Amino acid sequence: MLRFAIRRFLGSVPTLLLIVTVSFFMMRAAPGGPFDKERIVPPEIEARLQHAYHLDEALPLQFLRYVGNLLRGDFGPSFQYRDFSVAELILDGFPTSLRLGGIAMLLALVSGVAMGATAALRQNSASDYGAMGLAMTGIVIPNFVLAPLLTLVFGLWLRWLPVGGWGAGDIQHMVLPIVALSLYQVGFIARLTRGSMIEVLRTNYVRTARAKGLPERITLLRHALKPALLPVISYLGPAVINTITGSVVVEQIFGLPGIGRYFVQAALNRDYTLVMGVTIFYGVLIIFANLAVDLLYGVLDPRIRYD
Amino acid sequence: MNGVGLAVEPGETVGIVGESGSGKSQVFLAVMGLLAANGRAAGSIKFQGEEILGRPARELNRIRGARMSMIFQDPMTSLNPYLTIERQLTEVLVTHRAMSLRAARAAAIDMLERVQIPEADRRIGHYPFEFSGGMRQRAMIAMALLCQPELLIADEPTTALDVTVQAQILALMAELKQDERTAMVLITHDLGVVAGLCDRVLVMYAGRIVETGAVGDIFHRPQHPYTAGLLSSMPRLDESVAERLQTIPGQPPNLQRLGPGCAFAERCPGVMDRCRLERPALRPVSPQDGERRMKACHLEAPHLEVP
Amino acid sequence: MTDAARSIAMPPSEEFKGRSLWADAWRRLLRNRAAVVSAVLLALIGLAAVLVPLLSPIAYDDVFWDSINTPPDFASGHYFGTDDNGRDLFVRTMYGGRVSLTVGLVATLVSLVIGVTWGAVAGFLGGRIDGVMMRFVDILYSVPFLFFVIMLTVAFGRHIVLIYVAIGAVSWLDMARIVRGQTMSLKRREFVEAARAGGVRQSRVILRHIIPNCLGPVIVYVTLTVPNVILLESFLSFLGLGVQEPSTSWGVLISDGARIMETSPWALCFPAAMLAVTLACFNFIGDGLARRPRPEGPLRPWAPSLKSPISRSASPRRRARSRR
Repeated sequence: MLRFAIRRFLGSVPTLLLIVTVSFFMMRAAPGGPFDKERIVPPEIEARLQHAYHLDEALPLQFLRYVGNLLRGDFGPSFQYRDFSVAELILDGFPTSLRLGGIAMLLALVSGVAMGATAALRQNSASDYGAMGLAMTGIVIPNFVLAPLLTLVFGLWLRWLPVGGWGAGDIQHMVLPIVALSLYQVGFIARLTRGSMIEVLRTNYVRTARAKGLPERITLLRHALKPALLPVISYLGPAVINTITGSVVVEQIFGLPGIGRYFVQAALNRDYTLVMGVTIFYGVLIIFANLAVDLLYGVLDPRIRYD
Repeated sequence: MNGVGLAVEPGETVGIVGESGSGKSQVFLAVMGLLAANGRAAGSIKFQGEEILGRPARELNRIRGARMSMIFQDPMTSLNPYLTIERQLTEVLVTHRAMSLRAARAAAIDMLERVQIPEADRRIGHYPFEFSGGMRQRAMIAMALLCQPELLIADEPTTALDVTVQAQILALMAELKQDERTAMVLITHDLGVVAGLCDRVLVMYAGRIVETGAVGDIFHRPQHPYTAGLLSSMPRLDESVAERLQTIPGQPPNLQRLGPGCAFAERCPGVMDRCRLERPALRPVSPQDGERRMKACHLEAPHLEVP
Repeated sequence: MTDAARSIAMPPSEEFKGRSLWADAWRRLLRNRAAVVSAVLLALIGLAAVLVPLLSPIAYDDVFWDSINTPPDFASGHYFGTDDNGRDLFVRTMYGGRVSLTVGLVATLVSLVIGVTWGAVAGFLGGRIDGVMMRFVDILYSVPFLFFVIMLTVAFGRHIVLIYVAIGAVSWLDMARIVRGQTMSLKRREFVEAARAGGVRQSRVILRHIIPNCLGPVIVYVTLTVPNVILLESFLSFLGLGVQEPSTSWGVLISDGARIMETSPWALCFPAAMLAVTLACFNFIGDGLARRPRPEGPLRPWAPSLKSPISRSASPRRRARSRR
């Protein structure tokens, strides 16, 4: 098992390398420099600035320098927020993003599975259609549409919840963003679970379990649930990606002080190091998440063990 | 299914023969209460004198696995790939005999040895995919016999296995029949299997019984053209190879579009006008035989030669 | 009875009339009411987007100085109201639809071409080439694409063509995987072997046997990719990184609408509804085409029942059609 983990981890290195390389060269290849938005500075000062940021060196050298810094955890300085380094900004925003994303995913998992399993057990009943209709709604309404709508209804019209901001990190401020972020996953996981559960309930081995006279509860929990959840576990990898992507826009809309919002601002202001830094950071996170999911899947499905 | 009547005595082995799609499995799935959601069973099913048709699952579960067991055709899909053999065997004992896990494990190992699985104490911790086809079927048989049921229903137990393994499994079942005196129902399309194990035979066609009788009678003096056709289509070692295999011409009928007459009329070499108009009822072949020897055919004392 | 061997001629039965793959799929689709309704709705939306000049005389950048922020009003001709710049929202929404739908189709086409080619080549050639090609797909799978698209737009500006290509270039992975899987399993079917044994050229084998049988899952995935692409584009535009002024798309409209939603909720609701409905329609159609929701992914790549042109019967001359 450990060998499997190590091998998979090593296998992710090319991905990481790709992300870093492409990010770097794309940013450098962009026309215009980071200082274009500023007031025009005299050429000598500009030259000094370029030198200070190593922008006058040969490109491959800059790249190596960058990678070297990365390995030490130094993502470079932010061009937009002069007093801060990218690493600092990321660390600053991460707790917020983590809370938002983490709770959203947990919520999505629990409620999605519950909804899907119940729908599967009551196939073709009213509750089945209702649940799947709800799930479908969650899937087709994009989060950047949902977020303003939720704000409109709950924040402005009903005045139940604050319109935006993080406040002190209290529940009130978290509700709308979390719902906006997780609704898609809830819908997707619910449909996935339902489909998978229905298939599992049809299998011969569930029939055997019933033929053995096992109480239905045991048949469902011990024989049906684990196989049914395997596809959901597989989906967790993409789910993490979706949640991260979604958090970018949710944080932007609700004005939450997370990494996503920094990223958007950076993109609009051409703060290259911050853009790169966030991309790489999230890239690493995704790689680890995928790795964890693969390991988890390997634990649950005995046929994969001797990979 | 239409008007299928059957009684099995303790210690008796009854063979149910018919083509795929003749409905032989469905009858017994109904007996076990395992019909699919869109299946309906009407009539009467009595186990040891008690009516069990239509009883809720909770009540059936007391009988299933404990007093009445079923083994299925494909052991690969009928065993849960995500659970160990140990788990799948012990749970039967834990549920029905309230045994502790340790005692159940010992009993399970014992039974696995009875069905001739070598190194049972080591193998019991394995998963189904680590067993060969023959071993899986033995494990299924062991699982079905753990609670010493009064009735064992075997649905095509050897069809998915290759010929040598088939022979072993049949030998095993013959042994068990000797030792345990369990009543068995053997569902198969293979007449060779029937000849070796069964005391009585029921021949089914298009969802109906067309002939019943003791195994010797059926084989040597078939009274229904379909039975004769089945018998003559069996390849025999003592026939010369040059002769073509005999087949029953035509196709099985569409069960949803049966006409008023005999379902076999289109394919019957001895068909009469009456056969197309009036469905033959299942009746005793001769007054002395009574219910033990019946056929559903308009032909009287046909000379059905079986080469 | 020795006559047992006599063949009896059987009357042909209607149930066994052969049905082609497409007729099968078509029938299944037509029976699915949600899919049919969706298809009709989509057609209407598409038509409206294309024919908007016929539906309203207003241009999408016309400013009505005296009708700023007005709610929907049939009489005035502003069916969806106006925004805070005095522009008519109905026309803008329809024009936005043009852009969004075009991006959807073009980018999907790009990803289709890349994905199908990649997958078919990898699957057919197999061996090490396949290993390398699919490894590449695996590597790309973990990459957060949104970020790269954003980076691309940041680096190279926001030309519409760039957006088409960028979005298409990040969406082909699933398609490649599906096509590769299909190709590999088709490669081994007897009828491919038989075709090869009969001396059919490799390219013909791919063309006449493999690709038609791949089309099923590919079509399902196309109907699922289009909404994803539209979504991605809307996402970008919403963040301000997509389509440029004065051009508009649903994402931009939603973003603008969100800004003024307190005073003019219609500015948000109409484009949002159009987007949601369009996405839903595509999803329902994709649902209808797929056999049933399957564990491995959002929808099961539809596995068509294969018609093998050569049956297993003894006579090599007769080309009996047997269905699996």
